[in-house]
Amino acid sequence: MAIISRGFSGRRSAADVKLPPGQYLTTDFPVLSAGPTPHISLDRWEFTIDDGSNVLKRWDWKSFRELPTETITVDIHCVTRWSKLGTSWEGVSLDVLLGDLKTDLPYAMFRSYGDYTTNLPLKDVINKQAWIAFKYNGADLEPEHGGPARLLVPHLYLWKSAKWVKGMTLMPHDKPGFWENLGYHIYGDPWKEQRYSNE
Amino acid sequence: MEGTAVLERVTWRVAKVVAVHDETATARTLALTVRDWPGQIAGQHVDVRLTAPDGYSAVRSYSIASAPNSDGRIEITVERLPNGEVSPYLTKELMVGDDLELRGPIGGWFVWRRDQTEPVQLVAGGSGIVPLMAMIRARDSAGSFAPFRLLYSVREPGAVFYRDELQALSDQNNSVIVTYAYTRATPKDSPRPPGRIDAALIATGTWPSNLAPTSYVCGPTSFVERATDLLIAAGQDRERIRTERFGATGERK
Repeated sequence: MAIISRGFSGRRSAADVKLPPGQYLTTDFPVLSAGPTPHISLDRWEFTIDDGSNVLKRWDWKSFRELPTETITVDIHCVTRWSKLGTSWEGVSLDVLLGDLKTDLPYAMFRSYGDYTTNLPLKDVINKQAWIAFKYNGADLEPEHGGPARLLVPHLYLWKSAKWVKGMTLMPHDKPGFWENLGYHIYGDPWKEQRYSNE
Repeated sequence: MEGTAVLERVTWRVAKVVAVHDETATARTLALTVRDWPGQIAGQHVDVRLTAPDGYSAVRSYSIASAPNSDGRIEITVERLPNGEVSPYLTKELMVGDDLELRGPIGGWFVWRRDQTEPVQLVAGGSGIVPLMAMIRARDSAGSFAPFRLLYSVREPGAVFYRDELQALSDQNNSVIVTYAYTRATPKDSPRPPGRIDAALIATGTWPSNLAPTSYVCGPTSFVERATDLLIAAGQDRERIRTERFGATGERK
């Protein structure tokens, strides 16, 4: 039974905007990061896919940017409660990156410059659900928002969209990444309000 | 395993406002007693929920300002945002004796634990001081001798939170060294003209990198970006720098 806050009326979202529970709309683009922003030069950048023992695929910036790209317009939802509608990105689909790779490993740990990690089921990053994005609103992605390139998995809370991504490790079992080890939900579906693990 | 993941909700608890006082013209500290409060670690935050008579509710996160204790009392300091949905209510409407709903503590990264003995560098931008003040208070109440320094950047002298208490803590033995940096207007006796933090200020107002401090940087995004870049340029190990940022609309403080 909620306590009624005497004299509080609040500001409702427009009726035609459907947000996940507990979220509010913002028009700017707040930043949530655990540490300093890494500044990665493009000639050092790479993205690799491995299975924990062997590198299966590898791109440098040049070969990555030769891959076909898509423009994606999606709503994004941060666990700190802001949502932003209709954000526009350009990136390479994980479907392109995984390509003809055959694997029985059902989970992935995404790894970032700056040692951030986040875990995802493989089935959540295939079939047009995830991209490695390098442009936001038509411009190169700013370092503070994850540039040169970040993962974009818009159907989950934004901490899953790892900034400064540099690779993914396929795994036989799910295991928690950085925030997931610190009390955040192992999966993070905003529509089910899966913010925290067990507090 | 998402199909089998059990969604365990953080429990909402009833908190009663037991005291309020203004820190500045736009910021107010609320002291709350929380039923069955499990205790917190310095740096953690809480979610506060307000509910309108028709059932509409809004939730925002606020850093805890007070030191961990065992009496179920916490303080939060809330900066009033001009177009905020929740902060104007918390800083103007809410009165002693009112109840509100709260859950937490939340966050296991931007925290200082009393068993940490290494030097600590705190860097605050504006209301980013709040979780850092919790760390300073935790150090004091634990009787810790961890060397603490605070570099506190504010717009003007009137925007400083906790001024008297910071003064007292920096005057005592085993003190916290406090350096203020004013961005718009300075006190008359200030040795430095107003301006954003820069390399010279980092050189004089923070621990040298050879002491290998753990740094906690909290404030608006642009401030945190600048401060962390300057700390790294001054030789600080990036892996020892922890950050908490808030955006223009983020009411997290």
